[in-house]
Amino acid sequence: MKKDIFKIDKKVLKSRLIVGTGKYKNLKETAQAIKISGADMVTVAVRRVNILDKKKPLLMDYVNPKKITYLPNTAGCFNSQDALRTLRLAREIGGWKMVKLEILGDKKTLYPDMIETIKTTKVLVKEGFKVLVYCTDDPLHAKKLEDLGASAIMPLAAPIGSGLGIYNKLNISLIIKQSKVPVIIDAGIGTASDAVIAMEMGCDGVLINSAIALAKNSILMAEAFKYAVISGRKSFLAGRMKKNNFASASSPKEGLIS
Amino acid sequence: MAKIQINGRKIALKQNFSIIDMLKKYKLNRKKVAIELNGKILPQNKYNSRKLKNNDKIEIVQFIGGG
Repeated sequence: MKKDIFKIDKKVLKSRLIVGTGKYKNLKETAQAIKISGADMVTVAVRRVNILDKKKPLLMDYVNPKKITYLPNTAGCFNSQDALRTLRLAREIGGWKMVKLEILGDKKTLYPDMIETIKTTKVLVKEGFKVLVYCTDDPLHAKKLEDLGASAIMPLAAPIGSGLGIYNKLNISLIIKQSKVPVIIDAGIGTASDAVIAMEMGCDGVLINSAIALAKNSILMAEAFKYAVISGRKSFLAGRMKKNNFASASSPKEGLIS
Repeated sequence: MAKIQINGRKIALKQNFSIIDMLKKYKLNRKKVAIELNGKILPQNKYNSRKLKNNDKIEIVQFIGGG
């Protein structure tokens, strides 16, 4: 069998699980969860430095960007201008070209604003960024993003932080079928079995934050997700059995006693 | 004195203070932040030469945990 390689643009990743670094109790817990999850790419946010607190611990001191690839995001941006400003600054910190674009349209649902997202993807691609795009589960928008040069399509399973699992399997499967770039489920996954389902459907990867960070035991859940993603991927590659409406005995009929 | 703004906060610094001096003052590692000066990204190679002037507006950002 051909080796199963996960590649976004030219970047080869060992794990199909990408994890977020928000919502943990502290940076030590963040680092532990990432380690045990096996993820080699993590999303990070760009924010103002608190100049008054000189001793504040830094994410970079706990999660080494030389070992774990940082994927800067535009979380909290509600328009193209803010998103572009954020990612240009992110690139300046460490030369990162691979970024996660997310432009939100509504504070309550945190639903992506696809008009701004499409507009911004165009600009970022032109500037040489490799853009992983958080988007709705609308196959037409997903196609548009791919045509514009997005490096990965990241449709939501359900609203950010909701933990509801995949709400529209039909749309997600249509996106998987049509996409030539990786499809990574972003947002809405609630527990490990949701990730298995996403991977079995044929997603190339999943991005998890809240489901790990807000679990009662985040470290154990990080490990659960590691295996869920591996399990789901292997199951997808193996190809499931056909469903039958009637029973089919697992033991042979021949040689029954009497 | 140069009256400037850093991350929305009004601050008075000595004359002839460079960006590098400012980073030192706030104990910031230049490799872990990015700086925007008056709305434009300031490349790292300008940190030494650029002296802060009255009314300069500076944004210093870093990576933090996020999803």
